[in-house]
Amino acid sequence: MSQQPLHFMPTTGFRERSKAVVDNEFLQKSFRSAMDFLMTKRAAQFPDAGELDGLRTLGEQIRQNSLAKLPDLLVQLEAKLIANGIHVHWAETPDEANRIILDICQKHGAKTMVKGKSMVSEEIEFNHAAEAVGVEAIETDMGEYILQLAGEKPSHIIMPAIHKTKQQIAKLFEEKLPGVAYTEDVDALIQIGRNILRQKFLEADIGMSGVNFAVAETGTLCLVENEGNGRLSTTTPKVHVAITGIEKVVEKLEHVPPLYSLLTRSATGQAITTYFNMISGPRKPHEKDGPDEVHLVLLDNGRTQPYADEQLRKTLQCIRCGACMNHCPVYTHIGGHAYGTTYPGPIGEIISPHLMGLEATATLPSASSLCGACGEVCPVRIPIPDLLIRLRSEVAAKPDPESPLVGHGAGYSRLVSGIWQGWAMVYRSPFLYRTVTWLGSRFSWLMPSKQGPWTSVRVALKPAPKRLRDMLKERG
Amino acid sequence: MSARDRILGRLYASQPHDDFAAPNPAAWFASQARHEASNERLERFVRTMEAGRTEIHRVNNGNWAQKLHEVLSAKGCGNLLLAPGTAHGQRAGEALASTGIACLAYDRPINEWKAELFNDVHASLTGARGAIAETGTLILWPDEHEPRLMSLVPPIHIVLLDATTLHATFFDAMQSEHWAAGLPTNALLISSPSKTADIQQTLAYGAHGPKELVVLLLENAQ
Repeated sequence: MSQQPLHFMPTTGFRERSKAVVDNEFLQKSFRSAMDFLMTKRAAQFPDAGELDGLRTLGEQIRQNSLAKLPDLLVQLEAKLIANGIHVHWAETPDEANRIILDICQKHGAKTMVKGKSMVSEEIEFNHAAEAVGVEAIETDMGEYILQLAGEKPSHIIMPAIHKTKQQIAKLFEEKLPGVAYTEDVDALIQIGRNILRQKFLEADIGMSGVNFAVAETGTLCLVENEGNGRLSTTTPKVHVAITGIEKVVEKLEHVPPLYSLLTRSATGQAITTYFNMISGPRKPHEKDGPDEVHLVLLDNGRTQPYADEQLRKTLQCIRCGACMNHCPVYTHIGGHAYGTTYPGPIGEIISPHLMGLEATATLPSASSLCGACGEVCPVRIPIPDLLIRLRSEVAAKPDPESPLVGHGAGYSRLVSGIWQGWAMVYRSPFLYRTVTWLGSRFSWLMPSKQGPWTSVRVALKPAPKRLRDMLKERG
Repeated sequence: MSARDRILGRLYASQPHDDFAAPNPAAWFASQARHEASNERLERFVRTMEAGRTEIHRVNNGNWAQKLHEVLSAKGCGNLLLAPGTAHGQRAGEALASTGIACLAYDRPINEWKAELFNDVHASLTGARGAIAETGTLILWPDEHEPRLMSLVPPIHIVLLDATTLHATFFDAMQSEHWAAGLPTNALLISSPSKTADIQQTLAYGAHGPKELVVLLLENAQ
C-alpha cells in the first residue's frame, strides 16, 4: 500500500480549490443530494422540537460540566484506567503521539496494524509516520479503506468517502485489487472489502481506534460504529491503542446515554448505531479474547489554547457529529477537501485555527455566510457563528505578540485597517462627514471602474450625484 | 517536566471557576418516560428491532431449542458456535446432538484457533444480559463462556433473550443495574446486523460483523 505521502494543505489555495469544486457540475449535484439526504434523515429523528430542545440543553450542560472540571477529570480518568490495567500516555504534539504509538508497535514487533476510524489519527497523520518506519497501517472502515486505496483524505468526518461515487469506487477496486472485476453493485463492493479486510484482521499484530467518550468515573472508552471493524480492531490483535483529544472525557457513565443519542441522531439520522463498544480493560486471565494490552494516548495538539478563553472554550464541547457540515451551504458547495484541514466545515473553521495556528488557517473563519444553520443544529449548542466572528477579528487584528492565540493578526493589512480607521474618523465628525460626502458626490467620476473582487460579478460602485441630505433640502 | 504535567499545568492555570448548571440526566429521562404496560414495551422493542433488519422469533422455554434448529436448518448452517458452560449453551448442544449440525465451543484462547473462527464457523449462539425498547437494542456483556468475538465474527449471530430483562432506555438499564459500580472489560450494545452506508449513502448489510442477527425472544421463561 505504498503511495505518495498526502499532507494536509495549508489554507493558501483555498479559493482555487473551492472554485474547482464549484465549477464541477457533477460534484455540485452529488454534494447537494448527499447533504439533503443527511439533513432529511436527521430531521426525521427529531420530530418533537421540545424533546430536541431539552436534549440539546442537557448535552450542552454535560459537555460544559466536562470542560469546567477537565483537568480533574483527566487525572481521575487516568487513575481509573490504570487501575483497570490500561496504559495512559500524554502527547502535546502530533509528533509525540506518533512516537508513542510507534514505540508500542516496536516493543511488540508489530508490522501490521488494523485501524478503526479515528479523526485524531488523521489529525496526527499517523499513517505516514507508520509507513516511514515500516509499519503497515490499514484503514478498515469501508469509507476510509476506499480512500486509502485511492490515496485521498476524508472529505467528511462521519462519511469520509462522501465525495466518491459507486462508479469511481468500482473502477478503483478493479484497478487496485488483484482479481477483482468491475461491479457497481454496492453489496458486492462491500463484500469485496469485507473479505480482503477479514484477512487483515486475522494477521494484524496491533489495532488502533479513536474514542467517542472516555468516562472518568469508570475508566471506560466508548466507541460508536456500524460496521464492526471498530470492534474487530480493538478485540482481535494482542494490543489495542486508542487515541483521543483531551476534551473527549465525560465525568459520569450516566452522561453517556444523552450524548450518544444526540451524536447518532445528529450525525446520520440513526436512532442508534449498530454497535456501542465499551472497553474498560484488557483481557483478564480467564478470558479467551480481547487484547492483552490496551493503551490510551491523550492528545493536546493546541486544544489547551481555546480552553484558556471563556468564549473559545465552547469549541471543545464538540462531539464530532458533523451535523454542522451537513447543514452548511458553503460546505455543500465546496466539499470537504477545499478546506485543506482534517476537520472541514463549520467545526473545522473554529477548531483548526487552534490546531494549526491562525496563520495557516487565516481564510477559514471567512468561509462562511454566517447564515447560522450550524449553530442551530449543533447538538451541544456550540455558538459557531459567534466563534467565527471572534476568529475573524483575531485574524484581522493588529498582530499582538502578547496574544495567547498562535498566529494572531495573521490577516492584518495596514491598508484595510487604515481604511477602517479613516471611515471611523469620518463618521465620528459631522464636519468631516459632510465634507467627504460632498466631495464624493462631486467627484464620483474619479471612482475606478475596476474595484477588485467587487466588480468581478457586479457593476462598479459610484457615489450618487446628490446626497440624501441634498435631496431632503430640495424637498424643503 | 513531562507532557502530562505541561498539559495539566495549562489546564489548571486556565480552569474556569464560574458556576455551571449541573447536568441531571435522571430528571430528563424521567420527564421523557413513557407510561406503557410491559407487553406494549415488548411490542415496541420487537417492532424497532425488526425495522433494523433483525429477525425475531417469539419462543418459550419448551420450544426455543427446536426453533433454533429450524433457524439453523433454514439458513443451511452446518455448525454452531455455542457456550457449553452456560445453561442455554448446554441445552442447545443437547437439542442439536443428532441433527447433523456440529456444535463448536469457544474453549481455547483466540490465538489458538483464530483462522478457524474466522473461516469455518457458520453461526453462533449467545445469551444477552438485557435489551432496550427505545432503540431496539441488545445488551451483551461478553465473558469467559461467551467471549467478545463470539457475537462478531460468525456471519450469523443468534441471541437468546429473556423478555423480562427488557429496559425502556439505555439510561434505565445502566441505572437500575448499577453499571457505574463495575463494568466488565467489554460491554456491548448491538442493534442490528453489521452495516455500512459508506458507498454513496447506500445501506449495505454484512460489513465486517454478522450479516444476519436473529433473536429468539423467550417469553414466559419461568
